[in-house]
Amino acid sequence: MKHLVPSDEHIMLQDSARQFLQANCPVSAFRHLRDNSVSPCYSRQHWKQICDLGWSGIILPEEYGGLDFGYVGLGAIMKESGRTLLASPLFASVCLGAQYLLRAGSDTQKRDILPSVVCGDTCLALAIEEGPHHDPLATLFTAQPDGGNFVLNGTKTFVVDGQCANYFLVVARTSGKPGDAKGLSVFLVDIDRKGVERKQLHLLDARDYSSVDFDNVIVGEDDLVGSMNDAWRYLEPTLDAARILLAAEMLGGICECFERTVEYLRDREQFGVKIGSFQALRHRAAHLFAEIELCKAVVDTGLAALDGAPGSISVLASLAKARLNDIALLATNEAVQMHGGIGVTDELDIGLFLKRARVAIQILGDSSYHRDRFGRLNGY
Amino acid sequence: MEPLDAFRREVVAWLEDNCPRSQREPAGPEELYQGGSKGCFSSQDARTWFERMREKGWTVPDWPREYGGGGLSPGQAKVLKTEMKRLGCRPPLATGQGIAMLGPALFEYGSEQQKREHLPRIARGEVRWCQGYSEPGAGSDLANIQCRAEDKGDHFVVNGTKLWTSNADRADWIFCLVRTDPKAAKQAGISFLLIDMRQNGIEVRPIELISGESDFCQVFFENARAEKHNLLGDLNRGWTVAKRLLQHERTLMSQLSEIAVGPKFSPGEVARRYLSLENGVLTNSGLREQLVRYEMDAMALALSNQKAFEESGQGRLDPNSTSFFKYYATELDKRRGELKLALMGTQGLGWSGPGFDSDELMEPRTWAFSKALTIAGGSSEVQLNVIAKRVLDLPE
Repeated sequence: MKHLVPSDEHIMLQDSARQFLQANCPVSAFRHLRDNSVSPCYSRQHWKQICDLGWSGIILPEEYGGLDFGYVGLGAIMKESGRTLLASPLFASVCLGAQYLLRAGSDTQKRDILPSVVCGDTCLALAIEEGPHHDPLATLFTAQPDGGNFVLNGTKTFVVDGQCANYFLVVARTSGKPGDAKGLSVFLVDIDRKGVERKQLHLLDARDYSSVDFDNVIVGEDDLVGSMNDAWRYLEPTLDAARILLAAEMLGGICECFERTVEYLRDREQFGVKIGSFQALRHRAAHLFAEIELCKAVVDTGLAALDGAPGSISVLASLAKARLNDIALLATNEAVQMHGGIGVTDELDIGLFLKRARVAIQILGDSSYHRDRFGRLNGY
Repeated sequence: MEPLDAFRREVVAWLEDNCPRSQREPAGPEELYQGGSKGCFSSQDARTWFERMREKGWTVPDWPREYGGGGLSPGQAKVLKTEMKRLGCRPPLATGQGIAMLGPALFEYGSEQQKREHLPRIARGEVRWCQGYSEPGAGSDLANIQCRAEDKGDHFVVNGTKLWTSNADRADWIFCLVRTDPKAAKQAGISFLLIDMRQNGIEVRPIELISGESDFCQVFFENARAEKHNLLGDLNRGWTVAKRLLQHERTLMSQLSEIAVGPKFSPGEVARRYLSLENGVLTNSGLREQLVRYEMDAMALALSNQKAFEESGQGRLDPNSTSFFKYYATELDKRRGELKLALMGTQGLGWSGPGFDSDELMEPRTWAFSKALTIAGGSSEVQLNVIAKRVLDLPE
């Protein structure tokens, strides 16, 4: 069985995604958003178009308005979105939010929320981080039972697409101690709920992030998504799938950066010759090519596994995130260096890829987090 | 149901019935049957296993039957390979230069007579081949070869020397790059010649390497004779055959860790044996990080191989990707050697004698030999040159 060769339908989807994004949301469109301090940093019009194309429902079943086309399909779109630096709620609302809701939510919750996510009226954001390093099991954020309700207290930071969200999926500790997988619960919290206060975080990739304070926020049992104390059962696979999808986006960015750099090596002249004739640069470019080839295999294997192909998804997710983190760092640094002086100007798009990579590296675990996890999963 | 499922069941049943128990244990370096007039079996079981596989044509499963192969499709050959690996079956005949390199070149460039003469003898393990490419003045600059073949009507007379010729002392025939037109430009005057080594004009001297072994030799030709009909491809057009064959060599070298016999413990197993664990985690965080980095890259490379296999549809790599696989796989082989020594500490330094078990004694030699892997078959730097030129299309 071939799992790593895209089907004709997947190729068509990726081609049409590429055409749409390059025509409507090229890198210059992102630059425009950034320069005009649009807040939250995405185009509502483009997001509406993207939802009309069905991308927001690709992994969702048809009963919720989705296409049921799987993770390989969504991955193809993520790759293309990385190439044009698309800023949209696709990752937070669909890859994380809707995916978690699909895995853990009750029938009522899914019926109430998912169709509205698919059409773009509702945006979800996962409020999971509490410190500067991704560490979901360290969650301290409390949800105190109070009669039939819960009282939420604590601060969540680095909430991706927090400013455009209508609902937060908040990871809280309902029992146990930091480090325990048991005792985590997830609540769906309307942003307008009393005691919720969000602040916009302006990060170097000029996208939408928030820090959110929860001060005695009261939620009901109905707002619990997944069983009490047992959210990790759904959260871990959700995070793994989202890591692989983010790795797909990062792969798109890496490939775009690399292709632009190779093009520059072919064109730029110094000492009367093309700089791509210098072995010092040729070898570095060729090495980077090899690393990127491995990135493609890792991402495609991860996506195929999410659609049912053999392989441990946890291992593949940590492999993908760690490798794509490392090579995103290498590829963007090499892109800047090989472009020389123009590489450090804001005018050149390479800087935008450089900055996006640094934020993506931190989302859902840096390389050291994933290497540690890979080691544990393999018994060393 | 997949059409290969029935074949898989058949293969498993046959292997279970026919592969002797002893041939399902990891083999030491001298235990694999290499074929040729000097090849010998390490045991009666090894002979039985080889003969049974030879009868099925499964020493070269994907070669056509008329040339001694098994006539399997690429998908079937992959099933056989996978199931042999799963059951731990040793290769009945080691994958040498004949199977991996000359064979494919004969299929592509050989005349019907050449194919019928040479391929079955490779498949049946009767002739062992070696590769006469490098010379003292032609390493990375391979096209600079000086070994000459003079036209004497019905045959050539060969004079010169070949260096770094793997296993020449155990081979029967050599395929050689020779200069047939000294006046032509570098690449234009080269021909590809098949030479029987069992003659007086050829002398072989093994070279001791830093591993303490002598896998490489120097071959001296003094008025050696080669028949005209053993010219592969056209006269003075041997460079085309040579380049194509280099791609097969890169593929072979990128799969060394899969097909070669080496120390049987993986780096992860070595780590657990020589380092302490706490709650399933190595306490030495520095070495643990090195181990994980290596294992992740090795897994990524394996997935990349799988992807290339699925994409090719032919069971053969895209020619342009062979350089990248050769480069990455051999660099990784070197890293594995360094990593295992580091994980073993002083227990990985034993060269001979008491105080070390046989597995431990193998590690430093494997480590030392791994240094040759990024030099032989086109150095890493040469592979990067090829990628830059052929794949990235960078200007020269």
